[in-house]
Amino acid sequence: MARAVSPQRKAAMTALAWGVALLIFFPILWMVLTSFKTEATAVAQPPQWLFFDWTVENYVTVQAQRDYFGFFLNSVIIAVGSTALGLLVAVPAAWSMAFVPGARTRDLLMWMLSTKMMPAVAVLVPIYLIFVRLGLLDTRIGLVVVLMLINLPIIVWMLYTYFREIPAEILEAARMDGATLRSEILYVLTPMAVPGIASTVLLNIILAWNEAFWTITLTTVDAAPLTKFISSFSSPQGLFYAKLSAASTMAIAPILIMGWFSQKQLVRGLTFGAVK
Amino acid sequence: MSTQASRRAARWMLSPAVVLLLVWMIVPLALTLWFSFQRYNLLAPERAGFVWFRNYTTFLDSPAFWLAILNTLILVVGVLAITVIGGILIALLIDQPIWGQGPVRILVIAPFFVMPPVAALIWKNMLMNPSNGLFASAFRALGLQPFDFLGEAPLFSIILIVAWQWLPFATLILLTALQSLSSEQLEAAEMDGAPALRRFWHIMLPHLARAITVVVLIQTIFLLGILVEILVTTNGGPGSQSTTLTFLVYKEAILDSDVGTAAAGGVVAVILANIVAVFLMRAIGKNLDA
Repeated sequence: MARAVSPQRKAAMTALAWGVALLIFFPILWMVLTSFKTEATAVAQPPQWLFFDWTVENYVTVQAQRDYFGFFLNSVIIAVGSTALGLLVAVPAAWSMAFVPGARTRDLLMWMLSTKMMPAVAVLVPIYLIFVRLGLLDTRIGLVVVLMLINLPIIVWMLYTYFREIPAEILEAARMDGATLRSEILYVLTPMAVPGIASTVLLNIILAWNEAFWTITLTTVDAAPLTKFISSFSSPQGLFYAKLSAASTMAIAPILIMGWFSQKQLVRGLTFGAVK
Repeated sequence: MSTQASRRAARWMLSPAVVLLLVWMIVPLALTLWFSFQRYNLLAPERAGFVWFRNYTTFLDSPAFWLAILNTLILVVGVLAITVIGGILIALLIDQPIWGQGPVRILVIAPFFVMPPVAALIWKNMLMNPSNGLFASAFRALGLQPFDFLGEAPLFSIILIVAWQWLPFATLILLTALQSLSSEQLEAAEMDGAPALRRFWHIMLPHLARAITVVVLIQTIFLLGILVEILVTTNGGPGSQSTTLTFLVYKEAILDSDVGTAAAGGVVAVILANIVAVFLMRAIGKNLDA
């Protein structure tokens, strides 16, 4: 906005905005600071802010005693796997709805969205029993499939809104030039769709990484991702704040960084294109 | 113009997604409906049989149910109030000409990327704990008695935690909507001498109306399903003070192994979620036509 404002006003607003932002960010900052303290320093009264003996011992301990990396690996496999599987199903679906819309396309999209609104807890028992019966409980493949299904409507929607922005004239021009459906998808559509697909992937990985209902209820040990790992800290033994902080910092760091890069896409993906 | 062949191809490309979602929606829901009419306790599997609506009457008649409905309502309304009002104020603030708008934005949206168990446990232990938490230290520094947040005001504390998680979402969406407002209109109003509050009330708020609607509806869908935040902080207690509908159904199913009653509760939850969903679909559908 090119409105002229007095420097005093700008300085005041800046101070206020930074104050609010730091307040909101504070719990995360405090967690990161605590992760570098000893357990005794972590609960010291009064609280130690910056001038304590910084240590990385907690990070080492969390890995050595609780096998952090195993859970991390499960999180990666589940997030990436469910996203890849979701794309495989969603790209063709979104493509066909965007470029060959039928009379029912709108209804179909709305119906897909409605599946997202089913309360997870209502189907927890059937899913759990089906998982037991099929031997999928506490397996990565089981979680990959479930997370793919719960995020599928979002992937389809997001891709659909991106694909719809690709001008249909370009496709027609390609068709006139005698391009087959295959080469049309491969050489015309795909390059134009890549940015949209990349945003979709990013958002979906974030959502899958942080999903905490199914990942916690359907796993015990083998397939347990970081959500389950962190939850295991809810019944602590002894001093644990610093270790909890270290484990938490490692659990959120990769996603936080990805999230910062995907602010714009986030709005679009999470509002199903209603706010751009 | 699409040819016959491309139409057929399109149908084929669409079918896997449709079939998968259809199965995912219908099979578990049908099973839940079936269980809801059965006496089915995992701890006493031999006493099974069709009981008509007895699970529903058991679920709906229990005092825990009405408390859970009330708690759910308080949780959803409380979080919505904080996030929408806070979101508007913060979005307006960030939209001002300030130094470092980018970094401010980054700090503000960060909590949204924190996984629920991390958010809940950090707040529970390091901020709200009555002996070691930072809030307790602050209270003591001010010469006050430390307050046991999760013990004395469990629902309020959970609202605070969840609002912290969702405030960035509301802010980000409202900010996006705010930035799409044409500055000419605002400048014209400013030239005409309209005071800031009037400009906000008559130009900005109407412009934000749809974004606010979307925020409210999407958050409601997610907030109705909140479980982990309650599970790792209060476990629904003390007593049932922080038990929501979702947590009650979870408790019946997992902790009490009473599948029948839990299924009946699940059906009730589906009905309630559907009521919200109808409004959400209408808001989003409108945008599809535009």
